[in-house]
Amino acid sequence: MAPLLEVRDLRTQFHTDDGTVQAVDSVSFTVDKGQVLGIVGESGCGKSVTCLTIMGLNDPRLSMSSGEVLYKGENLLTASSRRLREIRGAEIAMIFQDPMTSLNPVHSIGRQLAEAVLLHKDSSKKEARARALEMLEAVKIPRADRRIDDYPHQFSGGMRQRVMIAMALINNPDIVIADEPTTALDVTTQAQILLLLKELQRDFGSAIIMITHDLGVVAETADDVLVMYSARIVERGATDSIFKQPRHPYTWGLMGSLPRLDVNVDRLVQIPGQPPSLLRPPPGCRFHPRCPYAMTVCHEKEPPSVAVPGDPEHEDACHLDAAAKQREARQLLGAIYETEAAR
Amino acid sequence: MTSPETVTDTRVETTGDELLVVENLTKHFPVTRGIVFQKQIAAVKAVDGISFALHEGETLGIVGESGCGKSTLVRCILKLLQPTSGRIIFEGQDITGLSRRQMRPLRRNMMMVFQDPYASLNARKRVGFIIGESLELHGIGNADDRKRRVQELLEVVGLNPEHYNRFPHEFSGGQRQRIGVARALAVNPKLIFLDEPVSALDVSVQAQILNLLKDLQKEFGLTYVFIAHDLNVVRHISDRVMVMYLGKAAEVAGRDELYVAPKHPYTGALLSAVPVPNPDIGRSRRPIVLEGDVPNPINPPDACNFHPRCPRFHEGRCDVETPSLREIGRRHIVACHYPLERWPMTAQEMAQTTGA
Repeated sequence: MAPLLEVRDLRTQFHTDDGTVQAVDSVSFTVDKGQVLGIVGESGCGKSVTCLTIMGLNDPRLSMSSGEVLYKGENLLTASSRRLREIRGAEIAMIFQDPMTSLNPVHSIGRQLAEAVLLHKDSSKKEARARALEMLEAVKIPRADRRIDDYPHQFSGGMRQRVMIAMALINNPDIVIADEPTTALDVTTQAQILLLLKELQRDFGSAIIMITHDLGVVAETADDVLVMYSARIVERGATDSIFKQPRHPYTWGLMGSLPRLDVNVDRLVQIPGQPPSLLRPPPGCRFHPRCPYAMTVCHEKEPPSVAVPGDPEHEDACHLDAAAKQREARQLLGAIYETEAAR
Repeated sequence: MTSPETVTDTRVETTGDELLVVENLTKHFPVTRGIVFQKQIAAVKAVDGISFALHEGETLGIVGESGCGKSTLVRCILKLLQPTSGRIIFEGQDITGLSRRQMRPLRRNMMMVFQDPYASLNARKRVGFIIGESLELHGIGNADDRKRRVQELLEVVGLNPEHYNRFPHEFSGGQRQRIGVARALAVNPKLIFLDEPVSALDVSVQAQILNLLKDLQKEFGLTYVFIAHDLNVVRHISDRVMVMYLGKAAEVAGRDELYVAPKHPYTGALLSAVPVPNPDIGRSRRPIVLEGDVPNPINPPDACNFHPRCPRFHEGRCDVETPSLREIGRRHIVACHYPLERWPMTAQEMAQTTGA
């Protein structure tokens, strides 16, 4: 069966006054029906731009994309803006990070939700409003029948994010792209929203692309993970194998630099330096200036993405050999492995 | 006999060697109506009776969700806001009633690092000036001494001393936060307040700053008050942790004690809500989901302010009688009528054992 969404060799460039920025560089992945794909990476690694490109939301005057984004076999990169408008919100929907700025402050919640229905379906205003109410109840907004005519400022952050989720799911989309959906929220609210997303995903069967910088969120929600660094995918695989056997030194750094409740460490693993500028990315492996294991070859040659022996789904792009990877990961993330073993 | 650090509702028993003692501190912001004739109609109880004592070299972490009053608390202690009532004693001296002028010489002992490294550095000043300004204000050394000191500080926080003449915009977020730390260190303070110092940073940079803060504490014997909403970060850096909810302390305990055996249902809910970067545990995790949102601090719930959301809510007690902070273990203080017997617990288990 063909995947629902197939991204092939996607590249996105932005033209700026300082030169061309390659924000997404040969990114390929697939999303199947009902799958939850997590994309992790730090700010500026290209995870958001990847999704904006899929949705066709980059400014065409400033950006250029190549490659293919095949949604049910149709290439979205070459689709007309009219066709994209049909798909956006109906078949592929997006939940943005900041619920404070993504809702229109001068229209009521009910009107904004109903608009999403009216744009895509041939239904009456009354039906659209009924559908909006149904969705507000589905995302567990208390007393939804009374709150439907409230304005965004009358809702708290967590409630607004629920409204955003309701809006994204209102047309039963096949794919929901969630761009840092819980980053702006408090931890108890985050737990509520993640639980809600999991439930809705189960009930509606949508695929979710979950963009986040929080490895904890990925571990709990995603089936598969892409780790991005400096516009490229450095590691990919099933969530379990990425977390149990991380292969790329950048992934090790990400895991080790995270203080966590279940592991005791005195000092965090520190990735030295800063992510590189995308205007002038380093040659060879882009991680080599920050990588403690960098060899001569890393400065010169871009490492190909190679499957892990015995786990064809798990790939990473690093010149280190398999034995070294295993040894170094064990040494660097010792405390995490020990806690795992003790369980 | 209680230990010296015991916090009770109204007072802190002290031995006199604490660096900082805060007693029953409150900050109420008036809510007024009317333009010409303003009339106070209510008060936002941002901080409502917080007490704690802090020893030299210790790190106190303060956690709580947005709006719980943790930043207001710190601003009151630093006298950037005048507290409504309560006492602040720094090195044995009561500083509560001191004027701005009287505070000035004391400020070199208490510095602050702010959350947003983009907004907290003056964009029009050079880094050397930003870091050295406090030296100048306190009249420390001459121009040459100050320059040397600033360059030394840049090196201490891991920046290139030659960047002395650069502007803040030439630095990344993590580097700017290092500048913020260098600025706080300039006058050799004893106590540093860190208000969400890493929450605006990426994880890899966050780890750099957390490691730096730990190193500096060891090297200079610093005392930290570390505010954050991220429980993982607070656990990593703190010796003792205070959990705040709606302007009040819900629980105060040693770091290990609090995270292993929390007693307050709110602490339990917070801990259960933290995503674990381990798929095996993470997927089976059942967070204790609190009903609704944090209530409006203008009109907080009666008695225990957590009772409308609490899975252990016991009618007739929690909504009638305000729980006082009481000692429940060694240096472990909690404000709850029905503290948790064990941990971990699910919401159902919490509710079931309520009456027992």
